[in-house]
Amino acid sequence: MDKPAPVKRTLGGWALIAVPYVWLLIFFLAPFLIVFKISLSQVAVAIPPYVPTFDLAGGWQAFVENLGDLSLENYLWLTEDDLYWKSYLSSVVIAGISTFLTLLIGYPIAYGMARSPQSLRPTLLMLVILPFWTSFLIRVYAWIGILKNEGLLNQLLMAIGIIDEPLVILNTNTAVYIGIVYSYLPFLVLPLYASLERLDGSLLEAAEDLGCPPWKAFWKITLPLSLPGVIAGCFLVFIPAVGEFVIPDLLGGSDTLMIGKTLWTEFFNNRDWPVSSAVAVILLIILVIPIVLFQNQQQKIAEKQA
Amino acid sequence: MSYKSMLTGVAVLSLLGSAAVAQDREVRVYNWSDYIDESILEEFTEETGIKVVYDVFDSNEVLETKLLAGGTGYDIVVPTGTFLARQIQAGVFAELDKSKLPNLSNMWPEIEERVQKYDPGNAYSINYMWGTTGLGYNVEKVKEALGEDAPVDSWDLFFKPENMEKLADCGVHVLDAPTELFPAALKYLGLDPDSKDPAEIEKAGELLKTIRPYVQKFHSSEYINALANGDICLAIGWSGDVLQARDRAAEADNGVTVEYAIPKEGALMWFDQMAVPADAPHPDEAHEFLNYIMRPDVMAKASNYVYYANGNKASQELLNDDVIGDPAIYPSEETVANLYTVTSYPPKVNRIVTRTWTSVKSGQ
Repeated sequence: MDKPAPVKRTLGGWALIAVPYVWLLIFFLAPFLIVFKISLSQVAVAIPPYVPTFDLAGGWQAFVENLGDLSLENYLWLTEDDLYWKSYLSSVVIAGISTFLTLLIGYPIAYGMARSPQSLRPTLLMLVILPFWTSFLIRVYAWIGILKNEGLLNQLLMAIGIIDEPLVILNTNTAVYIGIVYSYLPFLVLPLYASLERLDGSLLEAAEDLGCPPWKAFWKITLPLSLPGVIAGCFLVFIPAVGEFVIPDLLGGSDTLMIGKTLWTEFFNNRDWPVSSAVAVILLIILVIPIVLFQNQQQKIAEKQA
Repeated sequence: MSYKSMLTGVAVLSLLGSAAVAQDREVRVYNWSDYIDESILEEFTEETGIKVVYDVFDSNEVLETKLLAGGTGYDIVVPTGTFLARQIQAGVFAELDKSKLPNLSNMWPEIEERVQKYDPGNAYSINYMWGTTGLGYNVEKVKEALGEDAPVDSWDLFFKPENMEKLADCGVHVLDAPTELFPAALKYLGLDPDSKDPAEIEKAGELLKTIRPYVQKFHSSEYINALANGDICLAIGWSGDVLQARDRAAEADNGVTVEYAIPKEGALMWFDQMAVPADAPHPDEAHEFLNYIMRPDVMAKASNYVYYANGNKASQELLNDDVIGDPAIYPSEETVANLYTVTSYPPKVNRIVTRTWTSVKSGQ
């Protein structure tokens, strides 16, 4: 009677495990392979604008022949022009600075939320999530109205008398930082809040009893214990910020160099799908490194807790 | 490229005249943003029972990428001549069935002749609008910066660093369209605006770099509002767009006067052409739409609304005086003789042009 049950469970278990794998296969691996294949092709004036295209009708022979036409030429091209590595570098720098600024602002917010009375917390949590109810695009657009020369910010500062001439913020890197920090702040606050809220308050009480000043207790207890939340939050900001296109395009200036924009130019202005695919593949590799680091970190935490 | 146009594009205009008539007949049109009097679409549906699905874009590059990906589902698209030529080569379009287009007789032979450079024999497209790329400026602010005798009718206004230095404070916007700015720079240098020589393109790039520090933004649609609101004093822009800014400023009565000038050294003349993709789902309806558009009264209505000249000779007597009588829209023969056209760049040269443009814009 007992025997069939474990078999059934194993099958069910397999099916359950298969779901995420099938998901990854269809929505990550398959598109990635297509992009990777295009990155090995050459430009052509045709639909689609590259050769070779694999036509199933041609059979195995044609497939093998076409395989010979693929080459790494486009990757070599990326090394020849310094535009590409400068774009990658500048994206990483902009994302890095933005992440740091987000942390500076996000940490006190999350800390304040975690220390607030229990009854107030759901409301505060709600306030952090609330901006998501408006379209991302519209929120970034709204910043144009705030930051432009005759915008709300300059009008306010001039009315108070802090400045005489409008500050030029829009179309500069400063505007990009503001845009990224604003847009990604909730992604940092939420995991950080989760880890701060779980913090055992009795540890701080013990520290106080033993004569530890509050700032030292924060430095010795709160900060180290919230580190997993800090790291998770930072990755959640940094990774999407590197590939960000909309914010630099709308708020940045023409001299804001980011890889998303370079990719756009390659794809739309040069109509060079193969080179833009190569740019995308390299970008993926650059992003995979922090993601793997992040995974390792998460695993360590899981092991510790187990 | 522009999110504004994406937002308006999402609000697809499903114009159903009389809902009961011929539900399944429709035509899908993909045109430039702010480029038609929408009552034309309503009247077309009323007359023919064909529903119009109307989407918009604001750059040739976006349109071209969709077309090259294939299967756009559109029946009519409106690329500019230079882009059209390459798309014909790539096999994007179906030849027009001229037996279904009796109104072709209304078209303007001189424009058809010029368009043959892109579409030999006018086999694939009909002209919708044509215009020039020139100087849009705020009259008072330019005078304030450069004095009474500011060279507003010359490329000197834009290509001379000493002029641009003074204009930088009140704001200069430039089209983000390398295929229009390089020809202008080449022309100013006394070279062939249609040059495909990398060394000459490099020279044009150098010229553009000298004035780059004084340009606030490279963008192809924001300048309309910026000019109208008085946020900027000079824009290198498309004729009709600048004239729309002029009218918006006049309507707002905000003390801003906008003018458009075709520089005396010559300016680029371009043609926006309506064509039918080879995989269009409703080719018959597309032909009916094209034939309708070529009716003199319809074309006149379109031009009266968008302030661009059209390629329809018969429509001219129906145009408003402020359209047909405005030399910025319908330039004199003398000016037209001075306008130049360009052809598309071959892929290798195109890459150099784009790279040089990126280098101008970003300083990299």
